[in-house]
Amino acid sequence: MPTITFREALRQAMDEEMARDENVILLGEEVAQYNGAYKVSQGLLDKYGPKRVIDTPISEEGFTGIGIGAALAGLRPIVEWMTFSFSIQAMDQVINNAAKMRYMSGGQFAIPAVFRGPNGPAEYLSAQHSQALQSIYAHAPGLKVVAPSTPLDAKGLLKTAIRDDNPVIFLEAELMYSLKGDVPEEEYLIPFGKAAIRREGKDATVVGFSKPVTMVLTSADRLAKEGIEVEVIDLRSIRPLDEHTIYESVKKTNRCVIVDEAWPFTSVGSHIAWLVSKNCFDYLDAPVELVSSEDVPMPYNHRLELAAQPSVKKIESAVKKVLYIEQE
Amino acid sequence: MAKQTQNIRDDAGLLKKLLEQMLLIRRFEEKAAQMYGLRKIGGFCHLYIGQEAVAVGAINTIDLKKDYVVTAYRDHGLALACGMDPKRVMAELYGKATGCSKGKGGSMHLFDAERHMLGGNGIVGAHIPVATGVALKISYKNEDGVVLCFFGDGAIHQGSFHESLNMAKIWDLPILYICENNQYGMGTDFSRVSSVTDFSVMGASYGIEGKQLNGMDVIEVYAEVDRTVKYIRKNHVPSFLEIKTYRYKGHSMSDPATYRTKEELEDYKKQDPILNLKSYMLEKSMLTEEEFKNIDKKYRSVSEEAVKFAEESPEPPIEDLYMDVLA
Repeated sequence: MPTITFREALRQAMDEEMARDENVILLGEEVAQYNGAYKVSQGLLDKYGPKRVIDTPISEEGFTGIGIGAALAGLRPIVEWMTFSFSIQAMDQVINNAAKMRYMSGGQFAIPAVFRGPNGPAEYLSAQHSQALQSIYAHAPGLKVVAPSTPLDAKGLLKTAIRDDNPVIFLEAELMYSLKGDVPEEEYLIPFGKAAIRREGKDATVVGFSKPVTMVLTSADRLAKEGIEVEVIDLRSIRPLDEHTIYESVKKTNRCVIVDEAWPFTSVGSHIAWLVSKNCFDYLDAPVELVSSEDVPMPYNHRLELAAQPSVKKIESAVKKVLYIEQE
Repeated sequence: MAKQTQNIRDDAGLLKKLLEQMLLIRRFEEKAAQMYGLRKIGGFCHLYIGQEAVAVGAINTIDLKKDYVVTAYRDHGLALACGMDPKRVMAELYGKATGCSKGKGGSMHLFDAERHMLGGNGIVGAHIPVATGVALKISYKNEDGVVLCFFGDGAIHQGSFHESLNMAKIWDLPILYICENNQYGMGTDFSRVSSVTDFSVMGASYGIEGKQLNGMDVIEVYAEVDRTVKYIRKNHVPSFLEIKTYRYKGHSMSDPATYRTKEELEDYKKQDPILNLKSYMLEKSMLTEEEFKNIDKKYRSVSEEAVKFAEESPEPPIEDLYMDVLA
């Protein structure tokens, strides 16, 4: 199996789907001539031409809405946001139009569009460029929200997203684009709503998605050396959410930690913590723990920005806490 | 141009059709107002009375098999001009299961996929990029269609308008932006909140031609929109029209419209698009008083039947709550 980067996996997904279906187009800032701000779309302009790989002006609300209109009329646009931080400019289009036009028309229309780009904390980018916004998109019914953590999943899930008849929010991360992993040469799709158990364990369940999953696995390796066997669940999609896999694991381990790099107040993580507390109440031997970013805008200083985010150490502490292990 | 307008002025069949559609909208809206007063219709209800010439004049120039209409929340008139069934539109205002949006959208969200009527959109100006995206699809597929994107004077200051015009121009999209300037963005006189009072210049920054029309004259609206749509279809370029009009009622049913004078309203009523067309047709012997009365009676009865249909229609079942969230 070839080893490729997360960025190459995303590119392969778009390339294969564009080759398969001429209704698929890509639009966004710097996606064409510049080959993508993070080089995800490298080579696609040369291969598919400017009608299908479209450079837009810096007009997030405008080009996001244009993607939605094109989807409403039958195309399958992929809208690239240079970062999810800029998607805030386009949020009205996504939440008021993409998510609702089907419902408020009594089911007359579908919006088969993908909105993708890097989300979550990066490095040295400070408050306006370094933030995790999944809570806001996951809040709105009518959207699907997908958050891969490996190149293999990134490719399979993006292909599924492009073929889905609904608006899909697809979360990537600046710090994941160079992440390497094995990806099969033959075609495959990964369905939404199926979490992956990345590591089996009996002592505690740790639930994560997107970039922090790598950190969770490092924590699990370290904890294993202390004799603590953690079960690691990678959600892969936030909406739909694979509640079944989470509950089955918690019923086995009786302890649960959620890792979400968004702010803690009304987040995907806090919602899952509530779901587990409610649905696994009789099985829990400890309160559910949430490892989130700190409740502050992202600072520029590196020491401070690392302190603001989930870390291997914070995850380990949370696992020990649900196991009532004394900590120094 | 003058010749073309004269041809329209001489076309008794066309004028009668325009007159009938305007009367349908007028009588339908009066009925909607009455039913709103009786609390049969709830929420926001933005009536089109006074603006009929805009929807009717513009939409009669296009072919809804290949062309599209996208509008904002003052959408009843446009929906009816697109040929949507008055019964299903009234049922939607009632929130009934038989409504065009199954009672999920209400007054502001009338849609008809088959007739290419893409809403009925509630956020001021937010549908302008969506309409532009529909034009992108037409262009991408090398189709022959044109999008008519309607919005009010309130929407023209939203970034979505300016962003859309820029992209429509750089990508040569076949779309006609129509600003229905009814002169008040809710209660605010448009001239108080705009750096220019002639909106037809607004497209110029983006290299898009603009023109101002008298929206109380359905013949002028028809002639100019027809000419512009043909130009767009042939040349694959966006265009822009400001159509000056006037709503006789408040912004929505809850608005008594105290921000304008009775004299101003009466002045506009003297230019009423229906009565003006009627006078012209009487003068040219294209119509008799008797015929007019019969047409009027017909649409009063269509509106009555729409109400009856809505009244007798069932509420959507509670199980429909979770239907159509996702495809």
